[in-house]
Parts: sequence; structure tokens; C-alpha cells
Amino acid sequence: MTALHIDAIHKQFPGVKALNGIDLSVECGEFFGLLGPNGAGKSTLINIIAGLMSADSGTVSIMGHDVKKDFRQARKNLGIVPQELVFDPFLTVRESIRLQAGYYGVGKEGYDWIDEVIDALMLTDKANVNMRALSGGMKRRVLVAQALAHKPPVIVLDEPTAGVDVELRRSLWEFIKRLHGQGHTIILTTHYLEEAEALCDRIGIIDHGKLIALDTTDNLMASGIAAISRLRITIANSPAVLPETLKPLLAKREPNELLFEYDRSKHSVLDIIDALRAADIEIVDINTEHADLEDVFMSLTGRREP
Amino acid sequence: MNTIGFKTLLRKELLRFWKVAFQTIFAPVITTLLYLVVFSQALDSRVSVFHGIEYAVFLVPGLVIMAVLQNAFANSSSSLTQAKITGHIILILLPPLSHLELYMAYTIAAMVRGMVVGLGVLIAATLFIQIPVHNFGFLFIFALASSAVLGSIGMIAGIWADKFDQLALFQNFIIMPLTFLSGVFYSIQSLPAFWQFISHLNPIFYMVDGFRYGFLGVSDVSPWYSLTFVIVAMIGCTALTLTLLKSGYKLRH
Repeated sequence: MTALHIDAIHKQFPGVKALNGIDLSVECGEFFGLLGPNGAGKSTLINIIAGLMSADSGTVSIMGHDVKKDFRQARKNLGIVPQELVFDPFLTVRESIRLQAGYYGVGKEGYDWIDEVIDALMLTDKANVNMRALSGGMKRRVLVAQALAHKPPVIVLDEPTAGVDVELRRSLWEFIKRLHGQGHTIILTTHYLEEAEALCDRIGIIDHGKLIALDTTDNLMASGIAAISRLRITIANSPAVLPETLKPLLAKREPNELLFEYDRSKHSVLDIIDALRAADIEIVDINTEHADLEDVFMSLTGRREP
Repeated sequence: MNTIGFKTLLRKELLRFWKVAFQTIFAPVITTLLYLVVFSQALDSRVSVFHGIEYAVFLVPGLVIMAVLQNAFANSSSSLTQAKITGHIILILLPPLSHLELYMAYTIAAMVRGMVVGLGVLIAATLFIQIPVHNFGFLFIFALASSAVLGSIGMIAGIWADKFDQLALFQNFIIMPLTFLSGVFYSIQSLPAFWQFISHLNPIFYMVDGFRYGFLGVSDVSPWYSLTFVIVAMIGCTALTLTLLKSGYKLRH
């Protein structure tokens, strides 16, 4: 079954085409990453999915329910962790989460589940503390708990680890992975490419309101720029002449360092080292780097960071 | 209908003002009682009101309904504006709550706060002044419908305002003058013809006059006329608020 189906979504703001015909389907149980630079249209798309914004044209459905025509069922099936640290300053942690469940039609029967979520997110000690007294990281956890309070099958996390410390980021990753393991469909937007690379089965990259890449994380990593590796070799003396076979691979030359970029499907590290040795070049140190998602992202968008 | 969702939002809105009851309930009660003390002492023999009715007795129903109206407006407007400014309005907009459920929860909470403050003023006033009750049905229906109107107007102001400054503009330049010039402190029959005419254009005048009739059995205009006016205002304000909520004006872009 399709957890999220987006069909030909267009959205125009004054002077800006925010979304320009986005088509996307996320299947149930997927861990999907939505990446894009600032202003690419990610937040607009999330807002349309959440029903916080209307598209000019096109449709969005959650678990088969149209977000406009069948908004009650669509929203019941969706849990959103917003990017901003928003909270009601009059409420405690437990009140915030219980009330949020209530808005979705979950009454006292949901209190056991809410206690489980509070416990899993290590909020038990803070359950009766006013939201104003929490740190940023704790507030972020409460937002995650609020999104899960009604047990939605589809969870959208909009930059959930933005501005949180490394420890909390790791614990959130573990928690999100656990949710995914329990069968939830996860849709993650993130600023951290390593996060998407580590967590997502499939990734969509959005730029200038268009989906410019959509593939499994493995395929994205194995294709194009991602198949390129870098080999940085420190040498004892700068050679007068490099072997002819290595010249096309040389990306940068310093007096005591050579940087090669090569397609892993055509060349190997050993080929390069053997050719250097055959030319009597003394190797002092070797360092290899594989392209990561950031390189893929940069090659597609022409920008360094999403 | 998302009954649990509606009840939860209503509970949250009640909790919101109850948690700061000193500011939202007790402070307005005290302020209104100060009006009562000062005005009844200062104007007792100077302002002519209905024949045979003491000024303090005339004043109490007006002050009670003024407290109801101002607090009903303050509740829904401040709740929405604060939620918009801090961004936690999103937590209300994400769930499956219809525009009608949102309207009902915010308006009923506003009505409850208005009535609690009004009741507080009335109870405190009756410790010192004996107030007759001519027609309980009238005073109840006027309190109910009038607080619904101001609760609705509060929602409209809350939806429209992007900052507290704008809300203060609404409160200080529209609600406050209309309330003070509605005959709370005087009978409009004591005014010159021109100001009587102007007073008849003020919707809050009908709320005050009809509510006062419920206590005293006398009024500047027929209570049925006032009731019709207030009910029409309630229907109009409700329709406008629902239209704004349905369109997503300043809430869903």
C-alpha cells in the first residue's frame, strides 16, 4: 500500500514557483529521505502534506486518503514533527502529549501508549515539568512524542535533529530506527546528509521546486559522481614525469602530493599504486576517500549543502 | 464530528486561563469592583437613571456584562494571537479538527471565562448591594449570546492580528470605546438626542440594556428588540469567523 502519494503538485508564491509539478510515492514501511537546499521547496511540500498549506493544483493522499477531501482520515494517519521548537507555555510535558493525542480523537485509552512514548524518549523525569523549563533538546523530544501520541502509521520528521547535540541526535536516530522497525513509514527531511545516508532506504532530492533525483540510497551512491573515489598519495620526491596511464586520473598535483580521482568500476587503487612504483616513485602515505551523499547532492544541485 | 478532539481543545482552552486564574479571573473581578466602588460613590446622586432605582443597583448589571464581554474577547483573542506568535498554533492545525470544532472550542472557552468573571463580580457585588432579578431567562440568554459574540470577535481579532500590538489596537480602539459608551455607567435616555442616536448604533448597548432588563425589569429599548439585535450579531459574527477559519485566512496559507 502507498503511504504517501503526491500527484502533480504545483505551488506558486508571489514571484516564486515554490513547487513545480512534484510526483512522488512512498510505500508503507519505507524510510524515505527528502533532501534539498534551503528554499528548494521541502517545507512547502511538507506543509501541503500536513494540510497547513493548499496546493495550487495536484493532489496529496496519506494511506489513500486525500488531505483535502478526506482530511480527518488523512491527518489521523499522519504524525508530523515540525522543524520549529513550538510548545504551549501553559502546559506540562504530559499534558502537552495527552492533549495532542486527544485532538486526534484518542482518549484515556491512549494513556498507556503515551507513557510508553514518554519513557522511550527519556522524558519520564520531566513528565510533570512545564514546557518552558525544558532545554531545546528536551522540547524536541516532546515534539516527537506529540507526533506519535495518536500512533500514526506515517511519520514525517522535518529536520528532527536540527540544532540538537550529538548525543541526542544519536538517541533520536535509534528511536526513529526503532519506529521504522515497528512498521511505521518514516519520511525524513534533514540538513545532515550523513543522517539521510545512514537511515534512509530511498532518497528524493528536491531543488527549485522540482524532484531532481529519486532513487534508493544504494543506487544514488553507486551511480554517477558517487562511483568516483579519490586517492591522495604523499610521495617522497616530486617526479619529473608521471606514467601516461595515470595522467587522465590526476586531479591535483602538489610538490609532495598527488590527488587522483577515478571511477571504481574502471580502475582500482592497486592499478595506480603499481603504475607509480613502476615509475620509481616512492610512496610515503596513502589516503582514499569515497564520494558521499554530499558529493551526489552537489553534483545534482551545484551547491555544497542542502 | 471529532467529539474527543473538540472536547480536548475546549479542555485545553479552559486549562489555559485556569492555570493563570489570578490574571484571568481574579484580577478582572477586582478591577471591575473598583469601578463599582469609585463610580457608585462618585456619581450616586449626580447621574439620573431609571426612576426609583438607585445608581449602584443600576450600575452592577452593566459592570457584570461589561466584565463578561471584555473577558470573553480577551480569552479567544489572546489565546489565538499567542499561539500564532509562538508558533504552537501548528499543534492545533495539524490534527483532524474541523473549522466548526475549532470555532466551538475557542468560543465556548471564551464564554466560560467571561461568565466566570461576570459571576465573580456579581457575587462580590451582592455582598454589599441588593440586586433584584426580574427575569433570569433574559439575563442568562443575554450573557450567553453576548459572550458568544465577543468570543467570536476575539477569534476574528486573534486570526487577524500578527502581533500583540495589533490586538491592542483592536481592543483599545474598538472594544473598549464601544463598551464604555454602551450605557454601562448611565442610561442613554439621559443623553442628548444626537448621542442617543449614536448609542443606538453601538451593538454592545443592546447587550448591556437587555442584560440589565433581566435584573431590573426596565430598559432603554425593548428587551426583545435588543435580543433580536444580539442574536443577529451572534449569527453574523459566527458566520464570519467560520468563513475565516474555513478559508484558512492567516492560519493555513
